[in-house]
Amino acid sequence: MPVNIKELSRKEDRLTGGHRLCAGCGASIAVRQILLAIDKPVVVANATGCLEVATTIYPYTAWKTPWIHSAFENAASTISGVEAAYQSLKRQGKITEDIAFVAFGGDGGTYDIGFQALSGAMERNHRILYICYDNEAYMNTGIQRSSATPMGAWTTTSPVGKVRPGKLGRKKDIVASIAEQGAAYVAQASISNFRDLIEKVRKAVSIDGASFINVLSPCPRGWRTDTSETVNIARLAVETCFWPLYEVENGKWKINYVPRQKLPVTEYLKPQGRFAHLFRPENAHLLEEIQKEVDAKWDLLQKKAQLLQ
Amino acid sequence: MKTKKLIALEGNQAIALAMKQIDPDVVAAYPITPQTEIVQVFSEYVANGEVHTEFVTVESEHSAMSACIGASAAGARTMTATSSQGLALMWEMLYIASGARLPIVMTVVNRALSSPINIHCDHSDAMGARDSGWIQLWSETAQEAYDNVIQAIRIAEEVNLPVMVNMDGFITSHAEEVIEPLEDEEVKSFIGEYKPIRSLLDVEHPFTVGPLALQDSYFEFKRSQAEAYKRVIPVVRNVAEEFARITGRKYDLFETYNLEDAEIGLVVLNSTAGTAKEVIDVLRREGKKVGLLKPRLFRPLPVEELKGALSNLKVIGVMDRADTFGGFGGPLFTDIRSLLYDLPNRPLITDYIYGLGGRDVTMDQIYKVFENLESIYRTGRVENLISYIGVRE
Repeated sequence: MPVNIKELSRKEDRLTGGHRLCAGCGASIAVRQILLAIDKPVVVANATGCLEVATTIYPYTAWKTPWIHSAFENAASTISGVEAAYQSLKRQGKITEDIAFVAFGGDGGTYDIGFQALSGAMERNHRILYICYDNEAYMNTGIQRSSATPMGAWTTTSPVGKVRPGKLGRKKDIVASIAEQGAAYVAQASISNFRDLIEKVRKAVSIDGASFINVLSPCPRGWRTDTSETVNIARLAVETCFWPLYEVENGKWKINYVPRQKLPVTEYLKPQGRFAHLFRPENAHLLEEIQKEVDAKWDLLQKKAQLLQ
Repeated sequence: MKTKKLIALEGNQAIALAMKQIDPDVVAAYPITPQTEIVQVFSEYVANGEVHTEFVTVESEHSAMSACIGASAAGARTMTATSSQGLALMWEMLYIASGARLPIVMTVVNRALSSPINIHCDHSDAMGARDSGWIQLWSETAQEAYDNVIQAIRIAEEVNLPVMVNMDGFITSHAEEVIEPLEDEEVKSFIGEYKPIRSLLDVEHPFTVGPLALQDSYFEFKRSQAEAYKRVIPVVRNVAEEFARITGRKYDLFETYNLEDAEIGLVVLNSTAGTAKEVIDVLRREGKKVGLLKPRLFRPLPVEELKGALSNLKVIGVMDRADTFGGFGGPLFTDIRSLLYDLPNRPLITDYIYGLGGRDVTMDQIYKVFENLESIYRTGRVENLISYIGVRE
């Protein structure tokens, strides 16, 4: 079914306005798109993080759909329990609706502290969709590095100092990890490519099993970008192949979007204050290294897509 | 009168049987010694289609409790079981289960906490969780543990608080005992159908579970939670009365044994109470006025009722199978000693820390405890407020 933006615009938002996420926050854009994509009732579990604290300040809630938060590292286990209750009550004839179960976690709650719970939930193959809104650091506590922080990025715990140029080492490849684990459906998406994101969400919730989508969700505060540039920055991540759009379905790898002209990664890095130090002459080698890394990963992804189709 | 059905079961098997008869909507659990057999036996019920339960074999105890929280908030009757390190790993989630007022029932097969690692019985696991907002029931025998689990469902769902049923690791969990179980139908009608106040699956009435409550509301949440525990004592008693009508087995907030005319009393939890009763029988034959109080409901602590039961004693010995390192004696001792403070004629009181890491507690040790208590009675003086028994020093 093609994505019809006019139709989507007429649907009621399940995450309403009035919440306290920052202007230009990528997470709220992601969540609204994802929930608009799902046509059946949705129960949401949310890991501790920006999205959770900013949308449910008691006695208010921005959620017009059943929602639960219990802790930081366990959105995947919490939604597992909700889904188990659903399976049990449905089997007993105590509930009849068809309901989708979606968990949202930031990269800290997903790549790091929630990785075990995520892996467990995927292996048990609950009928759930886990969304990581990846903004590449612990933004809620004030921009600390996570294992999703890319090489060279400034954060408050990978500061740019006299001997260290921001984060050392690579970003964890969580999509490959979960895909290799054998989850039913795994994908990478970006808020900039909403048709692709919506199609992936629709596919994920139609599958009778566990699915995982990693969504690039820029954070103007942490990335040191203008609040009006959020979607453009995400688009540059896609156009430079820093953030390729792809999916892995039953072990088959598929690239969903190939840029007409792959832009140099500096186009993506340049507008972001967190990478400003990389453009100093003494850090030229780091830019080269990052480009090489992007190229190698893009190359590998293409090979996987060819080999495992 | 119908004939009693008696069967030989190990403690863990008795708990699994209770869980089968309860037939919860969801069980999320992880194996840990000495609780493992509960999970194993229950798995067989699931595999054979003897329960309706959705059984979630999670990857950790933290996820076990997290999944229980999700399931309970989704309106499912939810159970689990654990021990020791497993309970410790759940610690964060225990407070969330009680704070969210979710009636989850969990058996804790009591085992020592590391380090050093040890798989045998003491009460350091459950005692570490005593302020987590879980109702705590304690059980001397497998029969009591079985009965407590069934009653716990009713208690939890009437007060919207989680309940932890404790029984001693190995001593009770792995010892075969003759049990008189209820009929499946009796359990079913005793617990009734669970009707949650709200459910995440009621998609027509969406609500938010676990919001952010800041300085202007958190305290009110906690204050109202504190109020909820006042309802527990009458509920525990009512449920016990109803249970007695079906089974003839009488339960209360605590059990007393030869306490009414006693001058010297022992306060002790779980299986050691059985050993102590044997000793008391012998001492009573010698004409000694000794008795016992075995708490069943430890959280919330039935302060007034305990005061009433202990006020006529001259000397009290508390036996603690856990220590509060750097604190003021074992956890049971500090509670009992504190509640005696307001009595006009306070009994003398002393604490014996015993049996850590599964160290056997023998009748001889308990005779010595009573000898010591008698000498306190005679001299009117407590020489050692806190002593360790059955240990090489």
